[in-house]
Amino acid sequence: MLGLQKKDASLLLLVFALTMLAPFILNPFPEGSGWAQFNAGYPDLMQRFVIFGIFAIGFNILFGLTGYLSFGHAAFLGVGSYSAVWMFKLLSMNVIPAIALAVITSGLFALLIGFISLRRSGIYFSILTLAFAQMSFALAYSVLTPITGGETGLQLALDDPRILDSISAAAGGNIPVPSLFGIEMRDSSEWSVGSWVFTFNNGYYFAAFIMLCSFYLSIRIFRSPFGLMLRAVKSNQQRLNYTGLNTRPYTLAAFVISGMYAGLAGGLMAAMDPLAGAERMFWTASGEVVLMTILGGVGTLIGPVLGAGMIKYMENILSKINSDILHTWFAFLPDGLEDFIVTIIYPFIGKGWHLTLGLLFMMVVIFLPGGLVEGGQKIAKLFKRGKKDDDGAKAADATTPAE
Amino acid sequence: MGILDVKNVNKRFGGLQALGDVNLNVAENSVHAIIGPNGAGKSTLLNCLVGKLIPDTGSVMFDGQSVLGRKPFEINQMGISRVFQTPEIFGDLSVLENMMIPCFAKRDGAFELNAISSVGSQTDIVERAEQMLEEMNMADKRHMHAAALSRGDKRRLEIGMCLSQEPRLLLLDEPTAGMARADTNNTIDLLKQIKEERDITIAIIEHDMHVVFSLAERITVLAQGTPLVEDTPENIKGHPKVREAYLGESA
Amino acid sequence: MDAILLQILNGLDKGSAYALIALGLTLIFGTLGVVNFAHGALFMIGAFCAVTVSRILTVSRTIIDDTQKDFLGNPLKVEVPYVHDWFGQATGDVIIDWAVPLSIFFAIPVMICVGVIMERGLIKHFYHRPHADQILVTFGLAIVLQEIIKFYYGANPIPTPAPSAFTGSFDFGAMFGFEPNTIIYPYWRLVYFAFAAVIIGAVFAFLQFTTFGMVVRAGMADRETVGLLGINIDKRFTIMFGLAAAVAGLAGVMYTPINSPNYHMGMDFLVLSFVVVVVGGMGSLPGAVLAGFLLGILESFASMRQVIEIIPGINQVIIYLVAIIILLTRPRGLMGRKGVMEE
Ligand SMILES: Nc1ncnc2c1ncn2[C@@H]1O[C@H](COP(=O)(O)OP(=O)(O)OP(=O)(O)O)[C@@H](O)[C@H]1O
Ligand SMILES: [Mg+2]
Repeated sequence: MLGLQKKDASLLLLVFALTMLAPFILNPFPEGSGWAQFNAGYPDLMQRFVIFGIFAIGFNILFGLTGYLSFGHAAFLGVGSYSAVWMFKLLSMNVIPAIALAVITSGLFALLIGFISLRRSGIYFSILTLAFAQMSFALAYSVLTPITGGETGLQLALDDPRILDSISAAAGGNIPVPSLFGIEMRDSSEWSVGSWVFTFNNGYYFAAFIMLCSFYLSIRIFRSPFGLMLRAVKSNQQRLNYTGLNTRPYTLAAFVISGMYAGLAGGLMAAMDPLAGAERMFWTASGEVVLMTILGGVGTLIGPVLGAGMIKYMENILSKINSDILHTWFAFLPDGLEDFIVTIIYPFIGKGWHLTLGLLFMMVVIFLPGGLVEGGQKIAKLFKRGKKDDDGAKAADATTPAE
Repeated sequence: MGILDVKNVNKRFGGLQALGDVNLNVAENSVHAIIGPNGAGKSTLLNCLVGKLIPDTGSVMFDGQSVLGRKPFEINQMGISRVFQTPEIFGDLSVLENMMIPCFAKRDGAFELNAISSVGSQTDIVERAEQMLEEMNMADKRHMHAAALSRGDKRRLEIGMCLSQEPRLLLLDEPTAGMARADTNNTIDLLKQIKEERDITIAIIEHDMHVVFSLAERITVLAQGTPLVEDTPENIKGHPKVREAYLGESA
Repeated sequence: MDAILLQILNGLDKGSAYALIALGLTLIFGTLGVVNFAHGALFMIGAFCAVTVSRILTVSRTIIDDTQKDFLGNPLKVEVPYVHDWFGQATGDVIIDWAVPLSIFFAIPVMICVGVIMERGLIKHFYHRPHADQILVTFGLAIVLQEIIKFYYGANPIPTPAPSAFTGSFDFGAMFGFEPNTIIYPYWRLVYFAFAAVIIGAVFAFLQFTTFGMVVRAGMADRETVGLLGINIDKRFTIMFGLAAAVAGLAGVMYTPINSPNYHMGMDFLVLSFVVVVVGGMGSLPGAVLAGFLLGILESFASMRQVIEIIPGINQVIIYLVAIIILLTRPRGLMGRKGVMEE
């Protein structure tokens, strides 16, 4: 199907089903129940799942395949957001040109930074990308204020030119919102079934569609001769050089592609909520995408998407739990024990969710270098072993990168 | 005028003269062995041929073109392939994928952005790689991780990878080092067979005299960075200077 | 002239902090070959040692003082620190006033313990893993450490003043014959610089003149050979890790009066310190110190009004710009050894 092997095609189908049904899957608990706070099926969060999924998929093309650890990828995300907002301001509120420009500018920016940074490898490469990103951040924050809006960020204004839109639409009283040929991104329809409420948001489905396309493209890249060369770069660059292959353009292409993915994610962020700020370029944002990719499973196809989902879920849901909620959960225990357990769990939730994230991340790096995907495979293997032992098939599987 | 012509090459590492006025001429379609005691500069000489090191002075011509100042991948594309002293393969990739990479390099050149079609759809490459593995007697291991191969197999794979590019000059740095006798003999047979089947020039560095005398048509003896003699194997065997510098202890 | 001197002085305190952190990073990298992203967290923990000590010193009991009345006319509640009970009021006040310097004695054992536990408990298992894994696991550890601190001390900066004797500024220029009031310099910054110089000197002397240090230096140059001599390098390296942690921690302790400690100060400094280490040359101790001061001073020059007028924004990016240029022109940094981390 679509030029994919069977295994990859079913993976794509699975992701397709998950994203399309996300409003249901992420909202398993009825409204008003004690568990409703674990529902993640609201537009804002669902959009973030897929957008950061795109970011991580792209990052994985660079880090997962070539092993080059960039600590400055957020810069491309930021550039994408700024470009998109400018397109909204100048040309049209249609998201297509905005996203197109976001991808193009971030690609060019990545070309420049990659061209310089890729002259070095290892930690030197990481530091160079970090330095470039921090420079972009500092400049966006200060000198480039006319372009970036500085500390307040770049926002839409009523008197923006919007050349294309001004022809058709009469000047209204409100700032228009991003749309896809008239379909407003922020619009949702709701569907209530009993006490369940499911929200279908235009923006989410648009972003999810783009995410599926990006995911499909990344599968193609992974399975292509280009992807093979990138994996060879990670494995043994010296051998590649002495085999008559020029590694530089390969790594640069991977860098630019992953920069464009980041720009796409940034553009989509702006399309969902048309503003852009410098903090999107700060190095912690670059660190976050590293966390996502590692957590999910670096070098695997689905891993980055899982990692992005997991971190965004924790950020939004775990952080909402407070000690009162904990007390209601453990109310069935004797008082002393209840208090004790709540005291123990408390640092890990609410504002402390970063602590959970940090610990989880360390655990993954220490025990599960292959991330959640590896964990899933191990569990699956445990179950399989119960049925039958076939090592031959496993050895044959070992060579294609895991899904 | 041979295919490879090295003239007056010098290379210093700080105070150490690793190569001093090396002249070497390798005739086309011959097997030329370079021997010499440890630290004689054999690997250094090879490094100067493939672009890993740049000689301080001198010239290195391959088929009438200078290789100096070219990057390793450019030199490889000119037709020189190198097998390393410790096997250099893509450990994370499968044996088949290892074999496919040089085939791509041969077909597409140093860079080709082929990011959409799948590797499996490149039937010519897959066939070529499979055929090469067949020739190397490794077809049954095609799906193994290359890192899991035995040392002998890694070396075989590396030689196969180099051969699949159909180089005009194959450089081998101690291809049998650390191999068991049986493996060594297999490698000798393999190289002999390669030599019979195609037009190829082989330059081989080797400590194992059995290998050297089974294969080489000419031998250069290197000692302390300078060539002592260059001659046929028969003459080298009896050469007093060589006995003194090198064979003295092993003969 | 005086403007230049002022900028050099202004750069010294930041430069000192960079140099101290970079020194520890380099010690760890040089000895253990580990890229430690949690080193900034050690700096931060040091700073919070100072906060802890000043809190402990001001632990008080509440008494009701009948002689004083509050504005409602009730007897006033007064907090009396226990140190007053133990040492008398006057000495007690001095002790509280000197909390930050006193914290040094608390921070040294604490930091060494933290360092040794970190090395034995975690880092040890990563010696043979790729550098990317080391970066990632220590990055995770840094997040954990800073979140723990945040949990106990909150997210806001905690002002921790210097002893009152050092709180003011003085006319540095006038002392050296410049126009009065052109070079005003806070006392504590000078203290910080002097302190950093002493620590750096001590570390170098330790490595240079003790047998322990000599073995460590030999191990940094060629670990295998020294290992072959039957010397237990690992144990010494563990101690070096503790030492590096202590250096970072002390840098943090003394930095608290300059910048009120907060939980993310470590990360803020770490990013810059890594740049410093790379500029100085991975694995070179003098390089780390040199680059630390150099970048600190450059940063302060770049924030001069005259410079900003010519190149707007340069103060924000100077360090990164220098790092990029140096990395591209001198891949091994200013004083780096050949072959370190080049693959
Ligand atoms: N990159 C380098 N830097 C400094 N010295 C080097 C370097 N490479 C090689 N040498 C030195 O140059 C000399 C020649 O080394 P080379 O590896 O060429 O010897 P060789 O003949 O291949 O020996 P062997 O048979 O042990 O492989 C040795 O003394 C070696 O220590
Ligand atoms: Mg050699």
